Amino acid sequence: MNVFANIRVALRALATNKLRSVLTMLGIVIGVAAVVALMAIGNGATASITEQIEGIGSNLVTVFPGSFEHGGQRIQAALTYEDYMALEQHVERVNAIVANVSQGMQLTYAGNTVDVQVTATLPAYQQVRTVEVANGRFFLRSDGASRARVVVLGSQTATDLFAGLNPLGRTIRIGDVFFEVVGVLESKGGGGFGNEDEIALIPLETGYTRLFGRNAFSHGQRKVNDVSMSAATPEDVEWVMVQIERILRQRHGLKLSDDLDFTVFSQNAILETFDEITATLTIFLGAIAGISLLVGGIGIMNIMLVSVTERTREIGLRKAVGARRGTIMFQFLIETVVLSLIGGVTGIALGWGIAYGVSAADLVQADVQANTIAMAFFFAAFVGIFFGIYPASRAARLSPIEALRYE
Amino acid sequence: MDNGSVIRIESISKHYQMGDTTVRALDGVNLSVRAGEMLSIMGPSGSGKSTLMAILGCLDKPTDGRYWLDGSYVEDLRDTQLASIRGKKIGFVFQQFNLLARTSALENVMLPLIYAGVRGHDKRTQAEEALALVGLSDRMDHGPSELSGGQQQRVAIARALVNNPAILLADEPTGALDSKTGVELMDLFGKLHRERGLTLCVVTHDPEVAARTPRIVRLQDGRVTGDETE
Repeated sequence: MNVFANIRVALRALATNKLRSVLTMLGIVIGVAAVVALMAIGNGATASITEQIEGIGSNLVTVFPGSFEHGGQRIQAALTYEDYMALEQHVERVNAIVANVSQGMQLTYAGNTVDVQVTATLPAYQQVRTVEVANGRFFLRSDGASRARVVVLGSQTATDLFAGLNPLGRTIRIGDVFFEVVGVLESKGGGGFGNEDEIALIPLETGYTRLFGRNAFSHGQRKVNDVSMSAATPEDVEWVMVQIERILRQRHGLKLSDDLDFTVFSQNAILETFDEITATLTIFLGAIAGISLLVGGIGIMNIMLVSVTERTREIGLRKAVGARRGTIMFQFLIETVVLSLIGGVTGIALGWGIAYGVSAADLVQADVQANTIAMAFFFAAFVGIFFGIYPASRAARLSPIEALRYE
Repeated sequence: MDNGSVIRIESISKHYQMGDTTVRALDGVNLSVRAGEMLSIMGPSGSGKSTLMAILGCLDKPTDGRYWLDGSYVEDLRDTQLASIRGKKIGFVFQQFNLLARTSALENVMLPLIYAGVRGHDKRTQAEEALALVGLSDRMDHGPSELSGGQQQRVAIARALVNNPAILLADEPTGALDSKTGVELMDLFGKLHRERGLTLCVVTHDPEVAARTPRIVRLQDGRVTGDETE
């Protein structure tokens, strides 16, 4: 008896029990759909987070003051404008470098107020953080030199504050100081991560002399919240970090055995951390979906065992008219595999549909990947074979004479 | 062995272990059936006749004894070989018909051919011929639920005949039929025996059914107690 004849026998057996076949399949359909949809959502979320982190700036390296020892003890130390100057002069393979001083402050215009992070920075901020000006201009070196009270607003800040008016040339109050709006940034989009659109930028020198007051000084030295730079190429990031560490160790008088009192952070490191988190999340989602697939498989096994019992006389008869043990085994195995494969394909279609629906509803841009589909398909086939073997071997082992007498 | 014997068994025994006691379902049975013979194996329930039929049909193995079927010695055969013998040399007719539900008469009859590896067109032709022999050419596409008991049993007979078996074994073939239909069925057996030289062995407890066969083998407590030929 050839394989195709056996497949036809199995298909006929499934067709004679349509409702039951469909209900059995449902477990696999839901399991596979869950795997495909959840993996797609996980991948989509990963891609969108990655994109947002990359949007912060290209090859970004940032130095923060202080660091965490092992055990969580924080080492306090300031990062100063002089540190920035040293880094600016000595770090090689850097495209642009800025010092930032930030403080949460209240912005007021005609009775509208918003609380945002006000950052005093340098014109190179544009290159370091890859921001574009949508309206007006960014501030210039000359603005800093003259301590000009000019401000560039993030797109969301501008919208909140001016509610549709053209902000350019208008005067707003930051804290108690009046500033002229000279530019509005383009939206970084994506929404939510780091409030990239809810900011206000002023020249660094203006910040020190006119806005932040004593808060920005420590022992008479100008403090900075961070020094950010963009390495020339992704390969230079590591080298830049090494240089920063060497230069600042020297400036802060730290011996090689001392812990650092500053922290050097690269965008890549953030990216890696998030990649780890999202990968864990995706695996977690996949595992939950996998469990539903397992449950579906057990459902198949359950139904097939019932089916074997119910069809005991049929099996006895098939053996009486010449079916071999292997033939019976193969027939029942094919039944489960066909069930799970049809269920698998249906589930892939359904999962794809769910992913499409989630994307259409603008929740997450779900990303259905080929390897997810391949994995779901083979997993379904595996479930079919794994959970089919036991019922099939039960059927095959039945003694024909006992099977025929079964009531 | 005898010339022309389809079946020859020598001192066949079948013992079952039931707890501490050994049940001797068959206890040293000798029997020989020539080609073209029609006989009944008769006995009350518990006489061992069903066990004998299972062994003759290669559905079960004896505990002891020797068995030749159609010239070849059946012993220590593996399950796959026994399956092949069942498919090619033996036709079964059961009391409960045992047709596949929701499957047409034609496809039911084709079942043994599928397992014997007969190809598409031949399979259909042979099944149609077998159905014609039992007078059901006009009912080939009907499922079991659309057929009367007598018709279902005739489909089962066609299925048993389709492989041209060396012997047809019928286990209480009239047991599930009313007496009139039962008589018609025995008529059909008689006709197939006369016209096509079918070798036929009917297992029954019913003396009226047994009376329709030229030879009656009586079985009691696992032993042959009588063997009469008209």
